[in-house]
Amino acid sequence: MVNRGQPVDKKGVVIWDNARNLLVALTGKSRFLVATLVGMTVLNIASPGGAGTAFAQEKFIVVASTTSTQDSGLFGHILPLFKAKTGIEVRVVAQGTGQAMALAKKGDADVVFVHDKAAELKFVEEGFGVYRRDVMVNDFVIVGPNSDPAKSSGNDVIAALKKIAAGKSPFVSRGDKSGTHAAELRYWKAADIDPQAGKGTWYRETGSGMGPTLNTASAMNAYAFTDRGTWLSFKNRGELSLLVEGDTKLFNQYGVMLVNPAKHAHVKKHMGMQFIDWITSPEGQAAIAAYKIEGQQLYFPNFVAQRR
Amino acid sequence: MQEISQSLSLAVALITSLDSTLLSIAGLSLRVSGIAVLAAALLALPFGAWLALARFPGRQGVIAVLNGMMGLPPVVVGLLVYLMLSRAGPLGPLGILFTPAAMMIAQALLIFPIIAALARQVIEDAWGEYREQLVSLNASRAQCMRALLWDMRFTLTTAVLAGFGRAIAEVGAVMIVGGNIDGVTRLMTTAIALETSKGDLPLALALGVVLITMVITINLAAQWVKSTAVKNHG
Repeated sequence: MVNRGQPVDKKGVVIWDNARNLLVALTGKSRFLVATLVGMTVLNIASPGGAGTAFAQEKFIVVASTTSTQDSGLFGHILPLFKAKTGIEVRVVAQGTGQAMALAKKGDADVVFVHDKAAELKFVEEGFGVYRRDVMVNDFVIVGPNSDPAKSSGNDVIAALKKIAAGKSPFVSRGDKSGTHAAELRYWKAADIDPQAGKGTWYRETGSGMGPTLNTASAMNAYAFTDRGTWLSFKNRGELSLLVEGDTKLFNQYGVMLVNPAKHAHVKKHMGMQFIDWITSPEGQAAIAAYKIEGQQLYFPNFVAQRR
Repeated sequence: MQEISQSLSLAVALITSLDSTLLSIAGLSLRVSGIAVLAAALLALPFGAWLALARFPGRQGVIAVLNGMMGLPPVVVGLLVYLMLSRAGPLGPLGILFTPAAMMIAQALLIFPIIAALARQVIEDAWGEYREQLVSLNASRAQCMRALLWDMRFTLTTAVLAGFGRAIAEVGAVMIVGGNIDGVTRLMTTAIALETSKGDLPLALALGVVLITMVITINLAAQWVKSTAVKNHG
């Protein structure tokens, strides 16, 4: 067992001599290694998108946003327009609304673009965000099995939830404190139902994003509460179809705000405000309205409408 | 089953068409994991060799901890690195959260224990065999470490490749510290996670096939280099 695949080293002494001779080569090698490492680091810092861009004076802002805006493809549509106009690159970190705001609280984003108005106003009130503006609305829908065992289809969200709960039909919830999850819980409350009572039987919490939750619903052939944008761009529908839509209660407000520069001095106030101004300008609002999937408009800009 | 065959043909199409987005994502994956593995190996190999030869009270405990850390949950490493690099954290002023550098740090931390623990085992076994010769030559501890590391270099590449495999396949940590930003910190694994959440399972699986192909190619290349080197040095 002396030989470990190296043909020559039959004896330890040979190894040692060998090793000593090769030490010269090794030091030469390690110099080469160090040079490679330094070279790669320099290359990394110099290359676009590399670590160095953090230090370079490159024009970009970090926007903490939600999975729905990313997964639906809205950002892919509007951000290139904004960049063409201002030269500012927008780096989107897409998480649930709760997570996005937690991130912004720590100062890890410049702009927050989410959809939980009550939580957003609280965020502003606590001094974490400033200049909040309404941007657009989309709507929530309920999807479920084609066969619709609970007979929930229609345009009344409260009645639909009551039927689903009464029939104990499988229902998959985000369960992740996202804006969509918060909205779902509000409708259960309005329907006077405590879904937690059905936990473990018909009510399931995935604790994950909209897409993974829809994947679960598709696999279980269960009902789920989702936003229209994610549903329209969702490909793994299986036996699911859209059952409840059009209830005015289902409208969902998106808001944008700047992370308070008074709390976090490094926030890129000027560029962040340029983004907020653009997305609420006629041009930005038109870009939002122009985004369609399968011919359907996903988001309805409403900043102008509510301007004082 | 239909989805699997669909994604296989999609994977072939993606690879042969050399899609520019795919190339840049794959390139970033290689760059991040390559630098992470290089940095981790430069520290972990000497540390593993030191631990193999050193004798001190509590050594068994250190080895057990090191071996246990091979199973570090990536999400936990991601969270720790996030808290360090966050603007509110101690390294916040560097401003490297959501950059490739942050992902390199997370991956390097994740694979350091793997390379160090495997290196420790390899060097300790070799030490058992060559100890007498090395001691009779009056070699110092440092000389012994270097001689053993050099002599075991071909076996140690397996440890380094194991670290690389873990780094490039990992998604939990880079998702948190990188943020999966399009064109900046999107890697093969986070792109797969994204396509899965969009319900585009064939594309997600196809990206997975591309990633596995990349990793196998690198391992084949490493094997070729190794066998050539063995032949030449042999």
